Formats: sequence, structure tokens, C-alpha cells
Amino acid sequence: MASPQPRIGVITYPGSQDDRDALWALAANDAEAVPVWHEEQTLPDLDAVVIPGGFSYGDYLRCGAIARFSPVTAPVVDFARDGGLVLGICNGFQILCEAGLLPGALLRNASLRFVCRDVELRVERTDTPFTSRCSSGQTLVIPVKHGDGRYLPPPELEPAQVVLRYVDDVNGSVDAIAGVCNWAGNVMGLMPHPEHAVDPLLGSADGALIFASLVEAARARLLTAV
Amino acid sequence: MKATVLVRPKHGILDPQGEAVANALGHLGFSVATARVGKVIDLDLDAPDEASARTEVQKMCEQLLANQLIESYDVEILHD
Repeated sequence: MASPQPRIGVITYPGSQDDRDALWALAANDAEAVPVWHEEQTLPDLDAVVIPGGFSYGDYLRCGAIARFSPVTAPVVDFARDGGLVLGICNGFQILCEAGLLPGALLRNASLRFVCRDVELRVERTDTPFTSRCSSGQTLVIPVKHGDGRYLPPPELEPAQVVLRYVDDVNGSVDAIAGVCNWAGNVMGLMPHPEHAVDPLLGSADGALIFASLVEAARARLLTAV
Repeated sequence: MKATVLVRPKHGILDPQGEAVANALGHLGFSVATARVGKVIDLDLDAPDEASARTEVQKMCEQLLANQLIESYDVEILHD
């Protein structure tokens, strides 16, 4: 019997840009990728949610600050608080921080320059639903493209919440933090774009490890729930 | 009632925009040790008196206008 495909939603806000790549990356990693429009008041039946990159609501006031008030964000917050798997990429990471689902804030790059290039990331944790397919200390090559990626953790951030670090400084993030998870471990945000690195033709397939991990975790939950 | 909110990068937070501005002012011959760049939000609101307006605007700052991990704010109430 074929293993069931988990249903993983990708939110499209006004100004989201990477929703299609995220949907493609999920489908390529054996998930049923489900587009979710920002006007939805409730989520369809989903096993995980991805909030993609872009410039939701024009990044007005602060990056991610306005998306918090989008109709679909409330059910996403409920889904996460109930233990649902949520991955935020770039602007999605900023939205999760502004919505209070992840600790910290993302500020203008220290260089004041928009950075757009492949970077090396070190995997600090492999016991999360987003990195289980990686090996501990593994280096991933995944592109970044952001102007506001300087991560500032709150004083209470536990070192164990750091999932990914830049090998070399990219944007002035404190402790070179590139990705963090919440305390429970079911919500992760990262500035780099794994959805742009899921096939060797794209220059790297390392991002597929993140999606494969997420799909595997979502499938495990689906099987447990049955 | 009108209110002005000043949002500033918190003390101790790196403000590269401010550094760039200070640097540019130096190029113009001004002697500026530091500059910090924040934002101004002007509000026109319904409130019976100054105290209630201030309380209301402070709530707005806490819930949306400032991210208190990285920004501080000042509220100024202006009479019509």
C-alpha cells in the first residue's frame, strides 16, 4: 500500500512571492500541496502549513506586521498553538515573529544591502520536524534574498531553539542565527529559501532536506491520527 | 484629538540607517557623532480627554505601532 500523502498548505498573502516555489517543492517531496488564499477565515484540512517568502502587504510599518491581521492568520495561529507544524520562510519567518509564534525580530541587514546569493548553513539540530533528514553539523547550501534578515533574539531565547546558523556572517544576525524554532518545536522560521534549492538544476538540492523532513513529520502525524 | 507617536530603535540596538545618515552628514561637513533613524506616526483620534487619548495611543503602541523588543516609543498628545 502506498504511504498516504500529507496535505500541506501554502499561504498566499498580497505580496507573497515564493508561494508557487513552495507548492512545487512540497509536491516534489511527495506532499499534496494545497494553496491557501489570505482571505480564508478557516484552514482546510491540513497536516502542516508553510508561510512563504515575499513582501506581504508591502512590508508596511515593519516586515510581517500587517499580515498578522489578515483573515487567514488567526486560524494559522490557532493551528500552531494546537501543535500543528508551521514553517515560515523569509517573510514567513518575519510574520511568525510578529504574530508571537516565534521569538525575536528581524531588522534591516547590518550592511544596509539586499543580499541575494547562495549561503552555507550549519544544521544545529536534527531532532526537529524540519531538519530530521539532515545530519548533525551538516552544511547546507541554500540561497538567501532579503534586506531585513538581521535576527535579534529576545534575552530569553534558549540556545536549543537555534536550528540553523550561517557559516559566515550574512546580515549581522546575532550569533549568526539563520533559523529558530519555538519552545515546543512545532514552529520554525528561517531566512534562507529552501524552496529555491530543491533540485540540482537550481544549483543545490539541499533545501529538499527541509521539505522532505517536514513531509515526513506531517505524514507521521497523519498516520498517528488515523 | 491629535497624537504623534515617535518610534525609535531601542538604545543599544544597531541602527545601520542611523550610521549611514551620520556618515553622510559628515561628508557634508557637519560634525555629527551619532544619528538614529526612527519613524513618526501622526494620529487623529476620538477621545474625550487627554488622559484617555494617551492611554489609548499607548495601547496602540504596545499592540502594533512599536515592536518592543527592538523599538521604544514616545506619545505626544496635541490639542486641536
